[in-house]
Amino acid sequence: MANSLAEQIANLRETRVWRSVFRSGTGSTNLRRSLAIQQNVFLHLSSVKIRKRALAFNVTWFLGTLTFGAFLILVLTGIPLMLYYHPSVPQAYADMKDLRFVVSAGVFLRNLHRWSAHAMVMLVFAHMFKVFYRGAYRPPREFNWVVGVVLLLITLFLSYTGYLLPWDQLAYWAITVGSNLISAVPVLGAKIRFLMLGGHTVNANALLRFYVLHCVILPLAAAIFIAIHFWRIRKDGGIYSGENKKP
Amino acid sequence: MSQDDKKPEGTGTDAAVSRRQAFIKAGIGSICVACTGAAVFAYEFLAPNVLYEPSPVVNAGKPDGYPPGSVTQDQQSGVYIVHGAEGIYAMSAVCTHLGCLTAWKAELGIIACPCHGSKFNRDGTKIEGPAPRPLPWLKAWVNEDGDLLIDRSETLGQKQFVRT
Repeated sequence: MANSLAEQIANLRETRVWRSVFRSGTGSTNLRRSLAIQQNVFLHLSSVKIRKRALAFNVTWFLGTLTFGAFLILVLTGIPLMLYYHPSVPQAYADMKDLRFVVSAGVFLRNLHRWSAHAMVMLVFAHMFKVFYRGAYRPPREFNWVVGVVLLLITLFLSYTGYLLPWDQLAYWAITVGSNLISAVPVLGAKIRFLMLGGHTVNANALLRFYVLHCVILPLAAAIFIAIHFWRIRKDGGIYSGENKKP
Repeated sequence: MSQDDKKPEGTGTDAAVSRRQAFIKAGIGSICVACTGAAVFAYEFLAPNVLYEPSPVVNAGKPDGYPPGSVTQDQQSGVYIVHGAEGIYAMSAVCTHLGCLTAWKAELGIIACPCHGSKFNRDGTKIEGPAPRPLPWLKAWVNEDGDLLIDRSETLGQKQFVRT
């Protein structure tokens, strides 16, 4: 091998296939760097430039990024768990047991999903407190705070709907209590509870409804609002890195 | 409208503008109607018309199976069958606080809820806890076969004992 690894990678990036996928080209000019961000569907939500100060640990404690990381882990572990889980009354509990004791690596995925879910709820709150106490919610970022509140609610609903799925005693009574809390809403309470459970008691319909909410509707809503949340960081002037001190 | 210099060709009057506004209003109106219809449609779809839930009427067997002074809990149906000094009565075991299933504590002679600590006497009256109301008595009767039947969907306003 005459060429070094670095040269081989450099050559690879000049090939036609590579250039058809990543069109920004090579080289380290600012234009190329900007294009690399702008032309990537995932990265283009972020800005091409960021203040060095905004990346300091003290500014954010990386809490928003960590929350997003927990969300990614939850998606990546949740999808394989769906392959062994049937949202039906006779099977749900047994499937959860199988995931823990029979399926290879099942206990690892399930526990990773569970702990990440706990971590995500904790991180969302920590992120909110950090943003609040630093005053990063103030104009022009007030709308992004509202998006953040929506994401908090989605996170809590995801946590609540996921709580029922193991279909054990804890899950059953937690959802019984939670749904009875909802029926305390004036006038509409009993109707909301009926629609949420798909019946008068926590039963097969409730399990299926919570499953669909947990695996389809709420993650999709979360993904959409996360995209808006990230995009608004750029639109509102980047990560808030503190007051501009006048000399 | 009089300040409009440019008027659509061929009309020369305000009729074209008002026609456009009429179309806009008709469009907004039909969107509103469609949204209302979609909301009704969604509600009707989400509310199940047939429920495969257990019947509210429970067969508790022969009344002789409940000796005087006993409190029997049926875990499946969530009811107590109590044989007190004045006779047999049936009572809901579902806590009036947030719907947990209470349990009969024979050693203490009380009914207690494991969720938030409500306590009740054997006639359903509240001793303490977050529960707002006593445990309701349920309509109970003996059918032609001599079986004790309990209707969980009908609560009694006043104390009524089963005639055996």
